[in-house]
Amino acid sequence: MGFMDKLKNKFQRNEEHVEDVSEKYKEGMKKSRQTFSSKINDLLARYRKVDEDFFEELEEVLISADTGVATVMDLIDELKMEVKRQNIKDTTEMKDVISEKLVEIYYGDNEQEIESLSLQEGELSIILVVGVNGVGKTTSIGKLAHQLKQEGKKVMLAAGDTFRAGAIEQLEVWGERTGVDVVKQNSGSDPAAVIFDGIKSAKSKQADVLICDTAGRLQNKVNLMNELAKVKRVIEREVPHAPHEVLLVLDATTGQNALSQAKIFAEATNVTGIVLTKLDGTAKGGIVLAIRNELQIPVKFVGLGEGVHDLRPFDAHAFVYGLFADLLDKE
Amino acid sequence: MAFEGLADRLQSTIKKITGKGKVSEQDVKEMTREVRLALLEADVNYKVVKDLIKNIKERAVGQEVMESLTPGQQVIKVVKEELTALMGGEQSKIAVADRGPTVIMMVGLQGAGKTTTSGKLANLLRKKHNRNPLLVACDVYRPAAIQQLETLGRQLDMAVFSMGTEANPVEIAKNALEKAKEDHHDYVIIDTAGRLHVDNELMGELQQIKAEVQPHEIYLVVDSMTGQDAVNVAESFNEQLDITGVILTKLDGDTRGGAALSIKAVTDKPIKFAGMGEKLDELEAFHPDRMASRILGMGDVLSLIEKAQTNVDEKQAKELEEKMRTMSFTLDDFLEQMGQVKKMGPLEDLMAMIPGANKMKGLKNAQFDEKQLSHVEAIIKSMTKQERQDPSIMNAGRKKRVAKGSGTNVSQVNRLLKQFEEMKKMMKQMTNMQKGKKGKKGKGMKLPFM
Repeated sequence: MGFMDKLKNKFQRNEEHVEDVSEKYKEGMKKSRQTFSSKINDLLARYRKVDEDFFEELEEVLISADTGVATVMDLIDELKMEVKRQNIKDTTEMKDVISEKLVEIYYGDNEQEIESLSLQEGELSIILVVGVNGVGKTTSIGKLAHQLKQEGKKVMLAAGDTFRAGAIEQLEVWGERTGVDVVKQNSGSDPAAVIFDGIKSAKSKQADVLICDTAGRLQNKVNLMNELAKVKRVIEREVPHAPHEVLLVLDATTGQNALSQAKIFAEATNVTGIVLTKLDGTAKGGIVLAIRNELQIPVKFVGLGEGVHDLRPFDAHAFVYGLFADLLDKE
Repeated sequence: MAFEGLADRLQSTIKKITGKGKVSEQDVKEMTREVRLALLEADVNYKVVKDLIKNIKERAVGQEVMESLTPGQQVIKVVKEELTALMGGEQSKIAVADRGPTVIMMVGLQGAGKTTTSGKLANLLRKKHNRNPLLVACDVYRPAAIQQLETLGRQLDMAVFSMGTEANPVEIAKNALEKAKEDHHDYVIIDTAGRLHVDNELMGELQQIKAEVQPHEIYLVVDSMTGQDAVNVAESFNEQLDITGVILTKLDGDTRGGAALSIKAVTDKPIKFAGMGEKLDELEAFHPDRMASRILGMGDVLSLIEKAQTNVDEKQAKELEEKMRTMSFTLDDFLEQMGQVKKMGPLEDLMAMIPGANKMKGLKNAQFDEKQLSHVEAIIKSMTKQERQDPSIMNAGRKKRVAKGSGTNVSQVNRLLKQFEEMKKMMKQMTNMQKGKKGKKGKGMKLPFM
């Protein structure tokens, strides 16, 4: 049984929930999947022989999906070895090998099905949300708050973006929409102080989860990154073992710079997971491969649309299934 | 730094070549491969890279490179020329309507920075072109987008037109135009909601706004960190709206910005401005040649020079030069100079523009803490006028007093005094050197402690 069949079976064996998720992925990632898989199919159809030209084109397909250049180079090298080892001459045999290798990069050594949030039961959990400007931090927080509330948790938000015009108001609108309290101060006040207030308030109101928004900042601004580290220290001081999650929000349209973002934000705040937003466009989100490969930071959620329900837990199997669905369906 | 520049990439290949005397075709192939990787790592679209490489290869295999003594530098030169040619010349002109207000429409994906850029553009129009723009809030979808523009309007003391979130964006734009005519605004900047280029419904809405207000400029706002997808986004916005220009945002980050090249290649529309920071005056004319250097990881020397020129007061600089020549440079002057450097923006930004600065020992992980500058400032300000004129009178008692007054300690005061003495010595040497070769009188050292 080929690798893709195994993957397919995995889905069919599982119940509705997974079906639902994979449907959502299929829908949300239609654009990326179409271009990506059709390219692979094109490639396989055009090249009968596995030769240098074939690998060069494959390299381009992967790079066009924003998979990190270094990651692609490593992958191609590995594939070349594999081809030699298995003595593969025909491109049709390559399909399995390529997808297998790609999935291997996603998983690394520990194959975890779904990367869930590590929240505390029965006591306050704190989620700190960080990222560069315009990636969708506040929107993701709104969606996440909705989701956690649906799960029966008492959620509160802290409006830590005191810098950008309208940021506090934006979070307040999400608070109203989802029926969740927002702790805020005036625009321009110290973000660490706002978060401190948020923690105090969350404790006294016995909230289960406090999600802390922060201002977008470019990772090369040392002062702003120091400010963020300070915010994290305040959280650490106020609640033992907190923050329980530090989520870095990444825009799927971002290119190689996403790696730099992940690296530097991880240094400043010890990022525990990634939220990959705007995956419903034509961006391929291949950067996930590179980040997992180079930094071992898992993706926890993906943003697949504008609706309040469109933040989905990241499921590597579903993600890969989405990317390769065309290939699977043709079999 | 996550990426190496092209120069570094070529280094190892060139090492192999030097000593061989002649460059073979195989060597050129290896070099162009490095060029290709560098461009891909800078997020230039792979198709654009392919075309570029073809041209570069042709030129490189020719005499230009193969017979050169410094093939590596020649390759870089060829690459840079090709990139610059593709980027085109500088075009930061904004259209002016013959009659009535000039209408500018801002479009783009979510989170590209349209609203902030609208504010910056309005500010630029008023400051540089002496115009009176009206900002129009047409983003009725994103929560608090209207408030964001209104807040920016307040910060800039600029008029903002809005009709709440219930109104239709086409109606808002139409009414705004009427309002602008009534209130004698000469520019109208329409901030639209971010949308995906594949969202037919919302793209249709933009076409309707366009048909209604007949804009003179349609600017596509693009995040400079965008990857390979930049071509798809730019292509479809251009096809559906026939944009007139591009504004690249967040260029103050550490992205190489290869998207700029991709966008220019697929749309052939000029990139007009670049967002260089979070403050509302940080929108600059876009310089294609400098962008070419940046994509190649060659630093941005020209921007640095320009920054120094616009921020350093010419008259003050002349006075300083005079003082340096006559050796009457005092701690007061030192303080003044520091103020000038501060005006140029955060030091880390300046360092990022110096080619190779991130490779220099000691500078690599240096944190340019503005606080250190304020310590120096505090120390000097705690000195008496006499002490500042003649630091040699600083004895232990005086030092103690100054340390106390500035919230520092004696060793910090000592360090500053020592640095100042060394600087004076250096200046003496420099001025002696300048005396030696007259006619070539440079500007002297404007920034001795950088």
